Parts: sequence; structure tokens; C-alpha cells
Amino acid sequence: MPFGNTHNQLKMNYSAEQEFPDLSKHNNHMAKVLTPDMYAGLRDKQTPSGFTLDDVIQTGVDNPGHPFIMTVGCVAGDEETYDVFKDLLDPVIEDRHGGYKPTDKHKTDLNSDNLQGGDDLDPNYVLSSRVRTGRSIRGFCLPPHCSRGERRGIENLSIEALSSLDGDLKGKYYALRNMTDEEQQQLIDDHFLFDKPVSPLLLASGMARDWPDARGIWHNDNKTFLVWVNEEDHLRVISMQKGGNMREVFTRFCEGLTKIEGLFKEKGHEFMWNEHLGYVLTCPSNLGTGLRAGVHVKLPNLSKHESFGEVLKRLRLQKRGTGGVDTAAVGGVFDISNADRLGFSEVELVQMVVDGVQLLVDMEKRLEGGQSISDLMPEQK
Amino acid sequence: MASSFTKMLTGRNTAVLLASLGVGGAATSYLMSDSSTLSAEERRKLYPPSSDFPDLRKHNNCMASSLTPAIYSKLRDKLTPNNWSLDQCIQTGVDNPGHPFIKTVGMVAGDEETYEVFSEIFNPVIKDRHNGYDPCTMKHPTDLDASKITSGMFDENYVLSSRVRTGRSIRGLSLPPACSRAERREVERVVVQALSGLTGDLSGRYYSLGEMTEKEQQRLIDDHFLFDKPVSPLLTCAGMARDWPDARGIWHNNEKTFLIWINEEDHTRVISMEKGGNMKRVFERFCRGLKQVEHLIQERGWEFMWNERLGYILTCPSNLGTGLRAGVHVRLPKLSKDPRFSKILENLRLQKRGTGGVDTAAVGDTFDISNNDRLGKSEVELVQLLIDGVNHLIDCEKRLEKGQDIKVPSPVAQFKK
Repeated sequence: MPFGNTHNQLKMNYSAEQEFPDLSKHNNHMAKVLTPDMYAGLRDKQTPSGFTLDDVIQTGVDNPGHPFIMTVGCVAGDEETYDVFKDLLDPVIEDRHGGYKPTDKHKTDLNSDNLQGGDDLDPNYVLSSRVRTGRSIRGFCLPPHCSRGERRGIENLSIEALSSLDGDLKGKYYALRNMTDEEQQQLIDDHFLFDKPVSPLLLASGMARDWPDARGIWHNDNKTFLVWVNEEDHLRVISMQKGGNMREVFTRFCEGLTKIEGLFKEKGHEFMWNEHLGYVLTCPSNLGTGLRAGVHVKLPNLSKHESFGEVLKRLRLQKRGTGGVDTAAVGGVFDISNADRLGFSEVELVQMVVDGVQLLVDMEKRLEGGQSISDLMPEQK
Repeated sequence: MASSFTKMLTGRNTAVLLASLGVGGAATSYLMSDSSTLSAEERRKLYPPSSDFPDLRKHNNCMASSLTPAIYSKLRDKLTPNNWSLDQCIQTGVDNPGHPFIKTVGMVAGDEETYEVFSEIFNPVIKDRHNGYDPCTMKHPTDLDASKITSGMFDENYVLSSRVRTGRSIRGLSLPPACSRAERREVERVVVQALSGLTGDLSGRYYSLGEMTEKEQQRLIDDHFLFDKPVSPLLTCAGMARDWPDARGIWHNNEKTFLIWINEEDHTRVISMEKGGNMKRVFERFCRGLKQVEHLIQERGWEFMWNERLGYILTCPSNLGTGLRAGVHVRLPKLSKDPRFSKILENLRLQKRGTGGVDTAAVGDTFDISNNDRLGKSEVELVQLLIDGVNHLIDCEKRLEKGQDIKVPSPVAQFKK
């Protein structure tokens, strides 16, 4: 359904130049890529569901960005967005995903047997392990553009599919709209509850419309497998547990995802996926695997070492504070996760995290003992 | 893609599921053929209005009070000539359930035609908000002849400042929730060009929000002139803050008594103000300035949005008619503590706010007192009501100072029949 000036056709009475946004103070991927000529060529196009170029870029126009953090600045309203507006999105994707070309193919691998090791990260250092991704249901518009009816349809389908899970994955759905105070507090204490987005990056794209209608959280009774419904994507799927057994986390992740995908297919729905972009999600930064595998790990000595940044870069890992993106580390404990999403398979990315974190912990132990780490410096992956 | 999708469908399961979503029979067969590339039209058929009706059970705003499934069903697929839809009108009211004590409006217009195309929901909302004003049967009087004002000079021992504000929209251009960047820039161009034609005590200068220097910005803040990007979700959810600060700015005269905001919540907000109690002069400058600006845009073939049902057309239905708020900052230390204060204000058709504006608390017994009404009474009538009302409040204050008693005045008549 239209958001903002989606269907405003009076704008076609004005030239592309008159409509072109002022991006002179902007620093995001969209602003780097969008030229007046490109805008002129795309501005009268729409996806079949009516999503326009102005809808794609609105969040990037409204949020000039940060001089040090490069945000994406555009979103998709449906699966076809990535095709209809490829002239803009292909270069954005290339820029964001390390040179990924429009002709490249993305490999999907959710067979956890292909992961080597990963079950013995030292729990004295690795406090918790987590893998998350997102999934979109083909045939529905994405959160920036969906109508209330579509969003409710997604919620209904998700509840039905998830209610069929059993064994270790058996669980319960909590709709945001009518959860009790008690349920809400429990979900907060478990660090499961998501709230209405406050980030202007998200709000400006239209994904918070009609909050909290058709939003909710599902989790299994063991509290190790969690699904968010209709937040930034149709589904966000999370597997997590305390300690360093990333292998177990990833195995549950793959099994759960595969089961859920099967349940959706039984009902005639599949996930948005293609062999170029992998899994299709709202933000171009989450294309491919949409996967972020990470640990909370104690690195008080290594984090003060001058080579810390370089080591992470070579291992293709990124650091965050334990509060999530844009938070600072507390007490030497860092959130370390894969930097890539597209162009590597799920197994490959988790392998990088497992191997990388193993090395980081080894380095930490060396520094604890007052020894050098220069012989441990990795090659660029 | 299409063929593999069709293979995965098991006809009966899909039909059952679709029925549970509230999808009709014909639409179901549509979906089962190929749903990957549905057009917006096809999507509308798949989702009947009942599947899209917002959940308003926890809502308390004028839109939620008046919107029924029947009205929604009738209006959902309608569009203004600018393709503005009902869902876009009500989005802010769906996203902001309201406050149990303050009843917000909960809907906005995207263009002038909105009030016509969606009159079935706007009329009851207007009636609710404007004390029974019925756009179907009543006419709104416009009167900007300041010479009619009497007793417009307040006792400056009590009144610290006087101010009148309104808004104006440029006919033919979409309103802030709906406008494109080029339309918004056109509003800026048209208005700034007109304002540059003002002379004498009204001659002044434009400061574009995006281009002002830090020094200019600080000076505008110190003068209490600067407006910033809206933070209220009531406004941001309506889409009026898109592309900020593109084509937004402030114009004011050299004497700092006449000020215009461009492309904030409306195309223009026009403000006349000064320290002290000379409300007559404030209103006289207000009317003179408005008329001159109108004349200047008409010279170039533009006009303001206005009709005799609704008066001046603005983004929010609460500002229809005159869009006028005339007010003073006034000290009422004794009266404000009297238990009859609220009732007196109510009967005089006045409202109180803190001196920081709407939703702020009063500081040190100084209140912002202004007219409650916007639609159904003319500008002259409303300003006279404000003047008579404030004079009465000052009178009460003086009586209480002398230890005399005061009376609650009888209520002012609503609409002239």
C-alpha cells in the first residue's frame, strides 16, 4: 500500500532535475551511487505492486548518514524491487558486498555437517553463541510497503507453520498486541523482546506502520530458537545458547530453518530466493545468507593490542559492543561476528567465525602469558 | 519461477488457507495461478477491505471514533486526482493511538481534494473536532478587516506579549504529507518570491533551513523563531518530515514582528507578534501582511486553497476555517489558583497552555491564553473573543487582588444560526 508520496503522479509534471534529492551532505551507499541521469531513467518505473524509486531511496534521503559509518540508504518493497531498480541496486550491492558483480552466483549451504569443529570454543572466554538470519515469504510485499492485510497474512502463515514444530523446537507465539505484562517482562528478561523501532533509518522506510499490528515473537520452550515476525523483515530466525558450542547452535539453526521452510511449502508458500542474490530481504545489506553468526567473547588484552583491528579485518570479522550494533564493549567483552553476508555460503561464514574466534582466543591466552602473537597473525581471507 | 510455484501448491490446502485470510473465491483462483508478480490492482482484489481494516480498539482519536468498517470499505479504493488514498490519510491516527485525556485528530489531508473525495470520514471528524460544525449545511465566514476590533490594547502589567498565527496552502500543489520534492520546492519558490515583494515595515529576508550559517541559526534560536525537524510521531507518521530540510525555511521582517514558516506542517504558517499588549496592532499587521502576500501570489497566477464550506484548507482538519490561534502570555497569579479558572476559560471559549507552547506546563503563573475555536467563526470574531476574554480574565485578577469576588461568565454562543 502507498506510503509517503508513493503514488504521487503530479511529480511527473516536473523534470527529473527538479525532483532530484539534494545529496550534497549525504554519506550512504545510495547517495554515492545515485546520479541525476540514473534518477531520470528510473523515476517513472514501478514494481507490479506499485513500489517506486522514491520509495526505495526515501530512508537514504532522510538520513544523510554518519561520517564514519556507511549506511545503505535504500530498501526493497517487494521481491521485484531488486530487478526493476537494478540500475541503482546492483552498484549499491557491489559496493556494500565487497565487489559482488551482477553476474555472480551465490551459494546456499545449510548442511551443518559441512561445518568442521566449532563445538569446543573455550567457554572461559566465549560466553555465548548466536546465529541469526531473515526470511521473506514470496508473493507478499516487504515491511516498507505491505498493507495491513498482507502483514496479517504473513503472521497467520507464520503462526501456522511454527505451531507444527515439535521436539526440541516445540514452542509458543506471543503477539505483541496482546501479550500480558507478565509475558512481556519474561521476554524482556530473556532478551527476546523487540520493540517498535526508534532508529530513523527504519522509521523513514515505512516499516513501523500500524505498530504493533501483526507483530510478534515465537520461541521454543527451551529458549534456544526464536523467530521475530514482521519486524524489519517478514521473519528473523535466531538460534542461541550460552557457552562456546557454535556447532550445536548452527545445527539447530539449519534444522529449524529447513523444517520451517518445509512447513511453508506444504501450505503453498516458498521463501524469496534466487541464485544471484540468495535470500531476498528488505535491506540490501542482508542479501545472500542474511546471516550473522557471532559470539560474546572476553578479549581484554587482545582488544588493547595495536593489531586488533587488522586481525579482525583479515579474518573477515567485525566487532560490536554486547548491546548490539553501535554499542561500546563493556568489560573487555566483545560481540564478534562475520562481516560478510553475500557471496559466501552459510557454512563458509560460520566456519570463518569458528576458526577466527578460535584464533582470537589463542591470541588472548598468549597475551595473558606475556607472550608475542606475531607468529599467529593470519593471512587475509 | 512460476511453474515451480504452481507445482508446490496443493489446491485444497491453499484454498482453505486463503479462505481463512478472508480472500474471496474468484481471488483465490487468481492467487493460485501465479502470485509472484501481482499488480497493485490484483492485490487489492485479493485483500478485501475487511482484511485491511485497522485495529482501533485501543485508540482514542477523532478518526478512530468515526471510522467504521462500512465507511472504510467504501473509501479504501478511492483516490484523489493526485492518487492520495484513505490509508495515507489515516496512517498517523493508526500509528498513534492517542492519549486518554487528549483527543488528537488522527488524520491528515494530502491535497485539497482529500476533503471532498473522503468527505464521508472527514465530515464527522470535522464535526467532532469543531463542536458540531456541519460542513454539509454550514458556511464558514472569512473576515480579515482589523478595523472592526475594539478594546484591543491590554493592560501591560499583566499581558507580556501578543501573537496571532495561521496557515495558508498554495492551491494546485500537494500538501506536506503527500508532496514530492519538486512540489515542495515550488511552494518555497512561489512564497519566497511573493515575500520579497513586501515593503515598509513588512520588508524582510528568507533563511533556508539547509543553507543558513551557524550564526544565523543561533540568532534565530535566540529570537525564538527557528523551527526544527518535527519529532512528534503525530507529525512524522503523516509523512510531512520527508526529505528534511529540503525546501524548508523561515522568513521574517527586519522588525521581527512578522514571521513565516515555509513547508513545516503546512505550506506556510504566518505569525504576527510583539512584546506587550497591543493585540489590535498585531492583528492589523497580520491582516495587512496576509492580504499583501495573497495579492503578490495572485499577480503570478497562484491563489490560496479556500472554499466557503471549510474556509482556508490546511493539512490538519483541526486548522480548517481560520487556522487562527490568537494568544497572549499573561500573568494570572491569583486567578490561576482559583478553582473556577477552568470553567471560566471554558465558557469564554479560551484554552490555556504553558509558555513553551502546546503540552507544556505554565511557569511562574504566566500562561499562554488563546482561542479554542478555528472553524465557524471569522478571524475578526475569534480575535475579538480572545480580546474580550483576556480583558475579562484581567478584570477577575484585579478583583481578586482587591479581595473582591468574581463571577463565572455565561457561555459564549457557539454558531450563529
